[in-house]
Amino acid sequence: MQLALFWIFALLTLIFAVGVVFLRNPVSSAMSLVMCFVGLAALFVTLDAFFIGVIQILVYAGAVMVLFLFIIMLLDLRTERTRTVRLSSWLGGGLVVGGFVAALSKVVAGLPALHVAKPDLAAQVNDVAEIGFTLFRNYNLPFQIIAVLLLVATVGVVVLSRKELK
Amino acid sequence: MPTLAHYLIVSGLLFSLGLAAVLLRRNILIIFMGLELMLNAANLSLVAFSRFNLLDGLPNYNAQVFVFFIITVAAAEVAVGLAIIVALFRAKQTTHIEDLASLKF
Repeated sequence: MQLALFWIFALLTLIFAVGVVFLRNPVSSAMSLVMCFVGLAALFVTLDAFFIGVIQILVYAGAVMVLFLFIIMLLDLRTERTRTVRLSSWLGGGLVVGGFVAALSKVVAGLPALHVAKPDLAAQVNDVAEIGFTLFRNYNLPFQIIAVLLLVATVGVVVLSRKELK
Repeated sequence: MPTLAHYLIVSGLLFSLGLAAVLLRRNILIIFMGLELMLNAANLSLVAFSRFNLLDGLPNYNAQVFVFFIITVAAAEVAVGLAIIVALFRAKQTTHIEDLASLKF
């Protein structure tokens, strides 16, 4: 049952990720990226990471992708014409990606330590509480730094979006 | 039961699809989506390692906090990056990277 669910969501994620790469229209690419993130959130839930799954949906499939779609529609990319793509760039890109996949599958297949079944949890976890404890006890300073980073990013976006850049 | 290797293979395939989007596509917005895919592939492998490496019978929550930070930084990165793309589009009226070669050596 677990394995079946894993394969369903993994295939959903990967098929829509292929859609992101090969669909011609940027809006379809963005929509498939949304579905890819939803599948990924389901994979997080199969790993008992409920909190990460929820913020994946809220932040990525919600906020980030709305921003992407908003920008695509703002830029009005309908008029983009198809151009001739150079064969050498496809060949080089395919070579790099294929080499990466081959190296990775060789490493994963060659390490028996990775073929372990999922260990049972000691108890039903309350993972939001656990992540909150870890975040505020052990990672309090990074958490505050990240708050400053978000503020700086917001100010930066406002400055970048002004009409005249002096 | 899916093993750790299953999750790592899915994560690796997702990463290589993101890499393919960055290397093969010529639209700067799609390249940006490829970056997001690669960040999410890293998140998947981090969460998988956290679940398979138990600490006192609980998943290793340090990794999940790390994923939380990655998602936050990625959200900030998307906001800034898209603002730069809009500024670039205002200046050059294109999102095709071969028209954006003024920094090319």
